[in-house]
Amino acid sequence: MTQDRANRPNSFRTGPDDDGHFGRFGGRYVAETLMPLILDVEKAWAAARIDPSFLEEMDDLLRHYVGRPSPLYYAERLTEHLGGAKIYMKRDELNHTGAHKINHAIGQILLARRMGKTRIIAETGAGQHGVATATVAARFGLPCTVFMGAKDIERQKPNVFRMRLLGAEVRPCHSGSATLKDAMNEALRDWVAHVEDTFYVIGTVAGPHPYPEMVRTFQSVMGHEAREQILDREGRLPDSLVACIGGGSNAIGLFHAFLDDPDVAAYAVEAAGKGLETGEHAAAIAGGKPGVLHGNRTYLLQDDDGQITEAHSISAGLDYPGIGPEHAWLSESGRVSYVSATDQEALDAFQLCARLEGILPALEPSHALAHVIRMAPDLPKDHLIIMNMCGRGDKDIFTIADALGVEL
Amino acid sequence: MKSRLDQRFQSFKEQKRGGLITFITAGDPDPDTSARLLARLPAAGADIIELGMPFSDPMADGPAIQESSLRALKAGMTLRKTLKMVEDFRRNDQDTPIILMGYFNPIMAFGVDAFIAEAARVGVDGLILVDLPPEEDREVREPAAAAGMALIRLATPTTDAGRLPRVLENAAGFIYYVSIAGITGTAQAKPEIIDEALAAIRAAMHKTGNLPLAVGFGIKTADDVRRFTQSADAAVVGSAIVQEIKAHLDEEGRAKATLLDAVTDFVHSLAMGTRPQADDRS
Repeated sequence: MTQDRANRPNSFRTGPDDDGHFGRFGGRYVAETLMPLILDVEKAWAAARIDPSFLEEMDDLLRHYVGRPSPLYYAERLTEHLGGAKIYMKRDELNHTGAHKINHAIGQILLARRMGKTRIIAETGAGQHGVATATVAARFGLPCTVFMGAKDIERQKPNVFRMRLLGAEVRPCHSGSATLKDAMNEALRDWVAHVEDTFYVIGTVAGPHPYPEMVRTFQSVMGHEAREQILDREGRLPDSLVACIGGGSNAIGLFHAFLDDPDVAAYAVEAAGKGLETGEHAAAIAGGKPGVLHGNRTYLLQDDDGQITEAHSISAGLDYPGIGPEHAWLSESGRVSYVSATDQEALDAFQLCARLEGILPALEPSHALAHVIRMAPDLPKDHLIIMNMCGRGDKDIFTIADALGVEL
Repeated sequence: MKSRLDQRFQSFKEQKRGGLITFITAGDPDPDTSARLLARLPAAGADIIELGMPFSDPMADGPAIQESSLRALKAGMTLRKTLKMVEDFRRNDQDTPIILMGYFNPIMAFGVDAFIAEAARVGVDGLILVDLPPEEDREVREPAAAAGMALIRLATPTTDAGRLPRVLENAAGFIYYVSIAGITGTAQAKPEIIDEALAAIRAAMHKTGNLPLAVGFGIKTADDVRRFTQSADAAVVGSAIVQEIKAHLDEEGRAKATLLDAVTDFVHSLAMGTRPQADDRS
């Protein structure tokens, strides 16, 4: 494995290399038209990340606009109910706009402004990243176009309306499967045609370098806070971290600060949809193989001919056939365990959490909860779990009502 | 021995004319029609053929080529069948260069080494992989070169003077100048701007070695071909041909009996742009 190379220290936190590779994953697989622009973003990001005024402005917005730090909450009733490990939740669903996506939207829009860009584009699946981007675009007075699959527009109507209220244009994508991957194709096509004035705010730790590393850095605030908070509450590090994973922004955001603590286990929970065996799922690690899509080399759901296949999950935010390249690398290196939960397990976890904790989780972190529910009972009471409650479920009530056979 | 591609570009010089490069997607609208169309392209006036390898997510292409890709996939096209199509074509045509154009993922799924070996065996002359910029193309470029195939580099309006040497270094076959910052099948750049860009590339090539220049994106008519080959060695027409295919499909998306003649007639009309014209040479 490449991480054994002499130039890579014995650390899981130093990637990517200068060309954006995490081991054999990542990179910059984009059309030549975009390459100079990607290199510009990289240069601007390298300067911004060490500029105190940039970091100060970001911290100020995270504190006063987003509401950071988010609480680390001891889920006492869930812990008692499961009768094993002690369960904490990182409450990023309490952020402004209701999910962790705002963390990287703030960072990216500040970079766009720094680069003098005057137009913002984004892709969205569930609509959370679209809402977060539309929010910061409104906050800074920049016009914003959000690309969204026609199918997702249909199943995420509340978020589509929210984006429009925030002044964004929501542009439907009808090509391919009309979901998140097609929205990303369309956003890349738009970017190629508007390279001079446009900044692309990517919604996860995927895409061409430097996006995976940049989005990770913005999202790592969750793990840094959680580390401090658990040391404060328990006087020691957690034993396990659990997060759901589509592209992987919330998972890497929680994990990254702990990757060099060998006693902290990390579990990323992919969407198994109707079951891995049915083929109708969104589990790129469990059911995919390495390939190239959307600017990076990573695990992808695809057929034998290398055509990208449709993902399925009840959660639109996990409904993506790929996964961030750093996760592909963390999986192959064995540092993070990639597991999965089905639509049904996520629905069950959602309902249990609602009744025991008075929290309606989004369907995405309901997958993480499903794994917590599986693992906690067999673990000792002093085993500390932190799960990432990365989004709230208000946006999902129509999907959930439908799945439960309730008419609203 | 001079490659088929080099010989073809050499012949344009000798004949004092520009070349016509035509693009069709392999398997569009169905494998059989597509193979018959491919066989007829050289006689219609195509000097070099770009054959698209269909991909589910062609992120650098506009609606016309996206749709052609999806039509081909729906009709059961695969990379293996695309290679077979070239093999069948080569039985009757040993002179017309064929460039396979597409995205990297299907080649990864096939296996890079296996693909290179098979492509070389069936008579492919070059590759254009849209999502493989110079920074990432080594794993294909080197084995392709060893097998006698050129990995063709793209230059675009965003490729500035600082970056151009990076694109030209290790370039092979020809340089494909993408005339607009955008996707295929959209707007057309002003000819004078393209002339300037091509002149800059030629100047930069003094250091890295001269290669022919082809220009593409937004070229739709014989007049376009004529105009752009004043400064380029060849012009590429893609979306306009693919649209012509689409115009001859029935409601179910099947090829009408008129398709082959209509598309070859259109290619023939484009080729007029590479021939001397009595009235504009006076």
